[in-house]
Amino acid sequence: MSTLEIKDLYVSIVTEQGSKQILKGVSLTIRTGETHAIMGPNGSGKSTLASTIAGHPRYTVDSGSITLDGEDVLAMSVDERARAGLFLAMQYPVEVPGVTMTNFLRTAKTALDGKAPSLRHWTKDVKQAMSQLRIDADFAQRNVNEGFSGGEKKRVEILQLELFRPRFAILDETDSGLDVDALKVVSEGVNREHAKGEMGTLLITHYTRILRYIKPDFVHVFVDGRIAEEGGPELADRLEEEGYDRFAAATPAVEA
Amino acid sequence: MAEATQMNNEASTAGPAGAVADEKARIGAPSSAPAVIAGFSEEGESLSELNTGSIQHGLKKHSHGNAPVVPEASRGERLKSYNLEDFAPLTGREEDWRFTPLNRLRGLHTEPLTGTGPSVQVSGASNIKVETVGRSDARIGSAATPEDRISAAAWAAADGATVVTVPANTVADAEVTVTVSSADKAPAAQHLIIEAGAFSTAVVVLDHSGSATLAQNIEIVVGDGAQLTVVSVQEWDDDAVHVSSQQAKIGRDARFKHVVVSLGGDLVRLTPSSVFTAPGAEVEMYGLYFADAGQHLEQRLLVDHAVPNCKSRVTYKGALQGQGAHTVWVGDVLIRKEAEGTDTYEVNRNLLLTDGTRSDSVPNLEIETGLIEGAGHASATGRFDDEHLFYLMARGIPEQDARRLVVRGFLTEVIQQIKVPALEERLALALENELAAGNL
Repeated sequence: MSTLEIKDLYVSIVTEQGSKQILKGVSLTIRTGETHAIMGPNGSGKSTLASTIAGHPRYTVDSGSITLDGEDVLAMSVDERARAGLFLAMQYPVEVPGVTMTNFLRTAKTALDGKAPSLRHWTKDVKQAMSQLRIDADFAQRNVNEGFSGGEKKRVEILQLELFRPRFAILDETDSGLDVDALKVVSEGVNREHAKGEMGTLLITHYTRILRYIKPDFVHVFVDGRIAEEGGPELADRLEEEGYDRFAAATPAVEA
Repeated sequence: MAEATQMNNEASTAGPAGAVADEKARIGAPSSAPAVIAGFSEEGESLSELNTGSIQHGLKKHSHGNAPVVPEASRGERLKSYNLEDFAPLTGREEDWRFTPLNRLRGLHTEPLTGTGPSVQVSGASNIKVETVGRSDARIGSAATPEDRISAAAWAAADGATVVTVPANTVADAEVTVTVSSADKAPAAQHLIIEAGAFSTAVVVLDHSGSATLAQNIEIVVGDGAQLTVVSVQEWDDDAVHVSSQQAKIGRDARFKHVVVSLGGDLVRLTPSSVFTAPGAEVEMYGLYFADAGQHLEQRLLVDHAVPNCKSRVTYKGALQGQGAHTVWVGDVLIRKEAEGTDTYEVNRNLLLTDGTRSDSVPNLEIETGLIEGAGHASATGRFDDEHLFYLMARGIPEQDARRLVVRGFLTEVIQQIKVPALEERLALALENELAAGNL
């Protein structure tokens, strides 16, 4: 049983106009086996939270803390965070020219486990995971994300989730840009891994439709850099009916 | 960080012939307006009034007196001659020498090229012909004409040539390796001819090593329907100086692939060119260079679309690390009036791995007809992409390993084009050594 704890987190980015605060006091605790959905309108800071947890250098933590079983995540480099068991499925996975998927997956797995995976099992695992996610076998020989469609990139993110087996997975708008079939395939992948009972999931989404396939235990609504409302799955249903308008109207009051 | 990255698009879009002519007239005319910054014109870094370049429009720019300075209006008008005297002594201010540190040529541009030069050994395929011929051999001059003074000097000084012939209708039964190796540092000249007969298929590897001060002319004849790959590997010792003209004449429906791999040497300057002589041919030109501290690696390419319906692709990639590492890439593509249906694209990418490096990249495209399939070019010089790094590190890969993975990835694309497994393996290993040496 692990715990990822985010406490009173303030995060800013540097823009041409100067420093801009994006997260304004976020607190959130995720435990193994739990699925938390973070929902909110564009620009509310959802993706900033995801990138900050992963350690993207663009984001500056002004105050607050992130700990993993008491360990200070903010003191870790990006790769140390990954090796500690944090995984970010990215919203826009980058293309890495010249590095084949096969080479990349094996290099990452070796780094994460501290030793090279047994070749025979590894090849089998990769093949099986690819086939379950309906990724063509020839993708293994292609360069990381190069020329992949939006949906293919997302499936490859979940492929990594299944192969790397993190303690906490942060899915940053994994559902965006997916058609219904791809959404199902990707959700099944997350559910397969989640069902093993060794992972906590932070699911960031703009839309409610992925929640038909991945059932959250908790729903947090992000507005203007902080959590405006929290609840169980029923909150997602309410959002589906009402949208974010009710929160948008409240925004100026929050800022005042 | 990068001192300068330069782009110079002489005419980057296809347009009506009239507009192109106007543009050329403008570029070609001496500017009467005073330069805003001394030493710079609106075209970029200006050549000083001391520069008197080569012959243009019948004006001898190196003539005595005060003949006006006329820059080259078109790459197609560059002086070509077998006579050394036609080329003025180099000053370093010539457009095509302005990036080259002449004082590091070890006399290649000033001394007589009388050294014994590197030995040439040809091995590999058994069904090809290898000859050493004298100066009077008719094949000398069949594909190339010197376009600069050092090439002309090498032409004048070479005793003869080594000729590698792949007979017509023959598929070479193995790759051909031409080993050019030297310990002699005296300035020397060398002439090689590679002739692929009609409908032949071969891979020829030019493998340069040792220490030399070498001016080299390589003529490549790609016969009608032939498929020829020529790989030029520069794994010279640290002090070597190598100036090499590699001109290819491409026949009808031929396929020519040219791959440059420059890793070693103090100063390496290659001028590969592909000239289409009949329709239907395709050319791919690849290059990989990895410059370490103090190294100067320069490549100036020409693809001359002089006939209709030919296709060319140029991809050059370079990495630089260490104080004073300098690379130059100039890619000239000419689409002449007759070359309707041309399809061309050239790209240069440079990766600056440390501070103190400089990469110059100048893609030039001259288009004299609008009736083409496509013409484009791209150049980008940058640091590591931080997003690549983040992606890989977010998967647990330590920064140093991630950087190596990216550099390796960046450069192996070119190695993968060689298709000679043993050589690909050797070069991959050489790259690893470069990466290790740079402490990346």
